[in-house]
Amino acid sequence: MISFNLFVLPFSLGLIYLLYMVIRWWYKWVKALPEEEREKFRKGIFSRNFFSALKEVFLESLIHRKMFKRNPLLGYMHMSFAFGWFLLILFGNIESRIYSTSHVNPPYYPIFLKFFIHDKTVLWFEINTVPGFFRFLMDFLLLFILSGLVLAIIKRSKSNWFGMKRTTQYQLTDKVALVCLWLIFPVRLFAESFTDGYYGGGGGFITQHLGNLLALIFQKSSRHIAYALWWTYSLALGIFFVTLPFSRYWHIPTEVLLIFFRHFGITPKKVSSSFTDVEIGACSRCGVCIDVCQLGSAAHIHDIQAVYFIRSVRDEQVNRDIALRCLVCGRCQEACPVGIGADMIRLIERNTFSGSHDADFTYLPELSSSTASPYSFPALKSPSSPSQPSILYFAGCMTHLTPAIIKAMKGILKQAGISYHFLDEAGTVCCGRPMMLSGKHEQARKLVQFNRDLILRSEANTLVTSCPICFRVFREEYNLDIRVLHHSQYLLELIKAGKIPLQVYHRRVVYHDPCDLGRGSQEYNAPRELLGKVADMVGVSQERQDSLCCGGSLGIYTISPQKRDLITKDALEKLTLSDPEILATACPLCKKTFSKHAEIEVLDIAEIVYDAIPK
Amino acid sequence: MIDFGYSIRKDRLIDYDKNDKRVLKHLKDHEPSVLTCIACGSCTATCSAGQFVDFNIRLVQTLLRRGEIVPLKTEVQKCMLCGKCILVCPRGVNMRNLILAIQTATDKLK
Amino acid sequence: MQDPNDLHYPGKRVIIIGGGVAGMTAASRLADLGEQVILLEKEEVIGGHLRNWDRLFPNRRPGYQVLDDLQKSLDGRVGIRCLTTVESILPQGSGFQILLASGESLACDALLLATGFDLFDATKKEEYGYGIYENVITSADLEAMFRSGKPVMTARGKVPERVGFVHCVGSRDEKVGNLYCSKVCCVTGVKQAIEIKEQLPEAELFGFYMDLRMFDRHFEEMYYEAQQQWDINFLRGRVSECAENLDHSIVLKIEDTLTSRPLRITVDLLVLLIGFIPRPETLRLARMLEIAMGDDHFLEPTDEHTRFNHTARPGVFIAGANKGPLTISHTIADASSAAVQIHNFLHPVNEVHP
Repeated sequence: MISFNLFVLPFSLGLIYLLYMVIRWWYKWVKALPEEEREKFRKGIFSRNFFSALKEVFLESLIHRKMFKRNPLLGYMHMSFAFGWFLLILFGNIESRIYSTSHVNPPYYPIFLKFFIHDKTVLWFEINTVPGFFRFLMDFLLLFILSGLVLAIIKRSKSNWFGMKRTTQYQLTDKVALVCLWLIFPVRLFAESFTDGYYGGGGGFITQHLGNLLALIFQKSSRHIAYALWWTYSLALGIFFVTLPFSRYWHIPTEVLLIFFRHFGITPKKVSSSFTDVEIGACSRCGVCIDVCQLGSAAHIHDIQAVYFIRSVRDEQVNRDIALRCLVCGRCQEACPVGIGADMIRLIERNTFSGSHDADFTYLPELSSSTASPYSFPALKSPSSPSQPSILYFAGCMTHLTPAIIKAMKGILKQAGISYHFLDEAGTVCCGRPMMLSGKHEQARKLVQFNRDLILRSEANTLVTSCPICFRVFREEYNLDIRVLHHSQYLLELIKAGKIPLQVYHRRVVYHDPCDLGRGSQEYNAPRELLGKVADMVGVSQERQDSLCCGGSLGIYTISPQKRDLITKDALEKLTLSDPEILATACPLCKKTFSKHAEIEVLDIAEIVYDAIPK
Repeated sequence: MIDFGYSIRKDRLIDYDKNDKRVLKHLKDHEPSVLTCIACGSCTATCSAGQFVDFNIRLVQTLLRRGEIVPLKTEVQKCMLCGKCILVCPRGVNMRNLILAIQTATDKLK
Repeated sequence: MQDPNDLHYPGKRVIIIGGGVAGMTAASRLADLGEQVILLEKEEVIGGHLRNWDRLFPNRRPGYQVLDDLQKSLDGRVGIRCLTTVESILPQGSGFQILLASGESLACDALLLATGFDLFDATKKEEYGYGIYENVITSADLEAMFRSGKPVMTARGKVPERVGFVHCVGSRDEKVGNLYCSKVCCVTGVKQAIEIKEQLPEAELFGFYMDLRMFDRHFEEMYYEAQQQWDINFLRGRVSECAENLDHSIVLKIEDTLTSRPLRITVDLLVLLIGFIPRPETLRLARMLEIAMGDDHFLEPTDEHTRFNHTARPGVFIAGANKGPLTISHTIADASSAAVQIHNFLHPVNEVHP
């Protein structure tokens, strides 16, 4: 005989609907992958990566390890819900299998176990197999979850205890789902307690004692109250399940799929793809990205942070402002516990707003061998020493506005006796990344094509650039077989090879990580090592992955100069706390931006190195 | 009505009375900083595309303000979006955003 | 006559911070009106920026004549303290107590801030190459060249065949954070162009401008003279960047806006017409005294039109270029006005205001 009561319906119907949604969307998302990636997915399920994925699901989706690193209280709160509920379901199922009287156990059975066991009047405390263990465990797990719930309630008014100044502003669906989620466990507690109290047994260290107290107060009414509470419990669950696919909690199943995608080698694309759809669903709206966004903290713009942007994409309500108003600095994706690539998604969405035009670059000159063209030059490789590095220096658009950098580079290269070709001395064709930041990826390829042809023609084997924006795009998009170096890396090599004599500056220097060199290209060490050889470095609290954007960003389109100034000034304030004499940059755009407001000297690392050469 | 001889060569003149300024209004809404342009020419002087082709962003923007939108669509396709113009502008005009806005506006205008 | 340095001078004392044109003028007028004046100056000598100018616009008369005139009017009538900086100012009774860096303390019944201006640091406009290319100089450097009596030449001693002037360097420029117009640089540029032509009649002169602000009497006539008599060229286009040739001449990247075409031009010498910036010292004193400053960090008088030397703090007056860019003649007028206002403050009469 199957245990059944009408009240299980809301839960059951909700569960069926939820399972249907998960299966349907997972199927859709996997099917929408391009052929090779579907292959990867198929192969992945039967590979070792499947287990590494499971491990990450355990560590991140359940334990929330990255959240813990951010703030222990925040991590515990998220973990208690996720891991606690997982364990509750897991052990609840085991418990129900042990104590059930029938071979057929519907899914709702373990959820509402205490209702049914009592209903059958099987005195289950008479069963010998570990009677106290499950009573204790289930109560303990419930307490575990409820402790998290208490923290969650406290967080609504004291979010700074959790390391968060601002939290996500929720919309209606999320609020409804949240209320249901918060109701589930307290209601379960009271439903079980009332039942245990009425029947005088079967409860654990919380439920039994609470139940006995309640039975004392409510006497015979306990039974009816309990029944009402079981209904409420079921409804809370049912409504939660039904709203889940439309709320932030959709991240629960979707994040799992995302983890599998990643471990199976499926990657995001430059255009909208299945992977991106899954990423968007995996955002839990935890709000950690809000505090790290400088548009919020310095410029008082509070509606475009990654969480709101991703929500707008999911709701298919992206507007121009939210797509274009982002520094693309990478701070939000660095902080995201799910590792969602918000920058990439921002650029994908920008395509909609940047016009369907073909860019017209037919005016770019034909590359010819004619010596009359400023873009022709003899091959750099010297036939007598083919193994010698032949160096191309690419200054980039912005460096032409900070000619001190060019002068320093020329001086250093001359001092080191390096023969090189200054590729864009006559004038620069933009490297293409600023155009890619508008979402016009295809159009930018034409610029990439031109520069790439130019670079290949030179037959150089090393490309050095003093601009991190160019450096990043050369590495990521240009498909060059030659060595591509940022000038900080190249100058360090020269110094280590003893090509440049140096004397130490003994001036206090603070180094600023440019967004595209630091977070964008993972190069944090070379500039520091380089500077360390010539100056006394002073520390700064927010550096490397956590470094601040100067505000000069070409990634943001809709911002007033005044708001930009706020970001710059805020970053400067933090950089100059330890009272340096010089602010060292490795990017011409950062240099120009900081120079506007800095009271101390702002110098590129090339300038600092050049000044340290005894003349 | 006095017409000062404007009607002699209509193709030469900027007919401010008749010009459709809706595109301009749309663009002013998207990029209000364009209101402060003094046509100094720094942007055009530093322009990356301007090195290679007859792309005069100051002129395009000035004509836009007069309501002359005919050359807009083809002209702004030449922009590399490199950002040098915003780095030299003394009035803080965000030309780059304006160009993006022109591109979407002229899309709609079809 | 009583020694003005005598700190036991009977009657009211005015302390003026800043010994430039404004400070000297106000000191002289106040002495005329019978007040005791002590003039504090942080440099070795008084005179301010006027000491560095060769000839003044609009009539190109020698600057030292004005300087001498002002200095003579102070001799023996005003107490002058050079190499003196102000540490802090405290209210004392109806007046003030000035604590100097030397530790000495001076009391006064009224205070005039005549702290003047600084010149824009042209290295901030890196794309023009000041401090990077040897033949890029500022208008102040050129003026010093004139004063030294040495002929105008390039860094390596060559006679320049073509000289360019870049207007609005550090002014009207959101990118360096100075939105205001520095007023005097346009007329300075035209004046200096004429002066170079006087020395080098064969040289070609160019002024690269956004606007030509020839606002005062005789200025527009100077512009006319520059064109008609001296064949000086004016090109409307703001220089975006400069580069250096192998021979150290400077190539400019500019758009000729009047013909809407990019224009290529090489000059042997490039002069940057730098603007005024407020002094950090003025800011410090203003914050200490809690008097108003504008967003541009120049001082803000109580009323632009009717009380332009007053501040919110009774007894504290302001005069000269610390209120914003000002020509020498206007500074003298402004400081004279301040002197009268101070005198009236010290000896209250029924002031009639419009």
